[in-house]
Amino acid sequence: MPAKVRIPTPLRRFTNGAEEVGAAGATVGAVVNDLERQFAGIKERLCDDEGRVRRFVNIYLNGDDIRFLSNLETAVKDGDELSIVPAIAGG
Amino acid sequence: MRAAPTAAATRVPLEDGVRAGSILDLVGHTPLLDVTVLAPGATPRVRVYAKLEGFNPGGSVKDRPALWMVRHGLATGALRPGKTIVDSTSGNTGIALAMIGAALGYPVTLVMPDNVSRERKRIISAFGAQVVYSSGLEGSDGAILKCRELLHEDPDHYFKPDQYFNAMNPQAHFDSTGPEIWDDTEGRVTHFVAGIGTGGTVMGTGRYLKSRDARIQVIAAEPDDALHGLEGLKHMATSIVPGIYHEEELDRKIPVPTDEAYDLVYELGSRHGLIVGQSCGAALYAARRVARELDDGVVVAIFPDFGDRYLSTNLWAGWEEWQRQHRND
Repeated sequence: MPAKVRIPTPLRRFTNGAEEVGAAGATVGAVVNDLERQFAGIKERLCDDEGRVRRFVNIYLNGDDIRFLSNLETAVKDGDELSIVPAIAGG
Repeated sequence: MRAAPTAAATRVPLEDGVRAGSILDLVGHTPLLDVTVLAPGATPRVRVYAKLEGFNPGGSVKDRPALWMVRHGLATGALRPGKTIVDSTSGNTGIALAMIGAALGYPVTLVMPDNVSRERKRIISAFGAQVVYSSGLEGSDGAILKCRELLHEDPDHYFKPDQYFNAMNPQAHFDSTGPEIWDDTEGRVTHFVAGIGTGGTVMGTGRYLKSRDARIQVIAAEPDDALHGLEGLKHMATSIVPGIYHEEELDRKIPVPTDEAYDLVYELGSRHGLIVGQSCGAALYAARRVARELDDGVVVAIFPDFGDRYLSTNLWAGWEEWQRQHRND
């Protein structure tokens, strides 16, 4: 069973409107790569040219900010839940 | 409870800048700061000014529309004793409404995404307002929808200023921000730049300035993508479009990359002594692009707030790296 990934409104245009999708990978970075494989263009929104998570994007693994874990190297198990949350609230 | 101080869209003139009868009398009359030095490459005949809205008593440009909307509510009877002021807001409008509610003795309930900064939550709480959280995944549109639900449950209990649809939002800027810019530049302003959140600032100020001189260019700074980090600004193509926003009145929109706006915030703080929010970085990004294209002119950009209320946010996540990269500049 892959990880569940919760998609914020601004990125749902990549996921055909889906709020939650499945993606596989042993680390958060691998899950992001699998998202890109399924939904081309989404990784560029999440990561900068050097592959790091953009400053204004937060990724939570089971509720914990990956910046306080091992960032994109953080290990992911089957059934884990990843949430991509815009760092700001908008207008 | 004090009576409504004045009718809508009128303001109490300050007889002197030191004594004021109410905190609300101190809204507006913010200064222009010459930031031409931040537009390297512009000709010497171009000036760039930032209008520092952080000097409003609630700390942001939103004091103006919030005050106009509340005064209008009092004048029309839509807001009267026993009612609670409610709105959806990502922060600055909420802080302004909370301040105004406290000053006038009206309770305030605010709906906001749960990912707004800790400072904002605490400021709003310090003004005695109640906060209802919506999902951070849904952004400000989620807060708008949740606020509608709240109203639907008990419509008579609430007064909803509704900054996205209330004509008093742009009117506040037509009455105050616009005239201040015209007077403070002695009518020399040629280009006006503001970010779009509700569109109130750019619409109302733009209308006033064009009424004084139709040649004045009105330019909106907009996030370059739906997923962005420019708090307070909206990417219109992918958002619920505010009813007060009329894009056809703009001369131009400039898309702003979040990373570049953040870097300008770092530069403003560490090199010029001005700590501001990310929407100021966005306004400066657009203003200096305009400035570099001109032979001569006076560009005025709205800096919506100061930066204190963002110090715990991701805005500063790249600060140490920026310092390393720019150590030898």
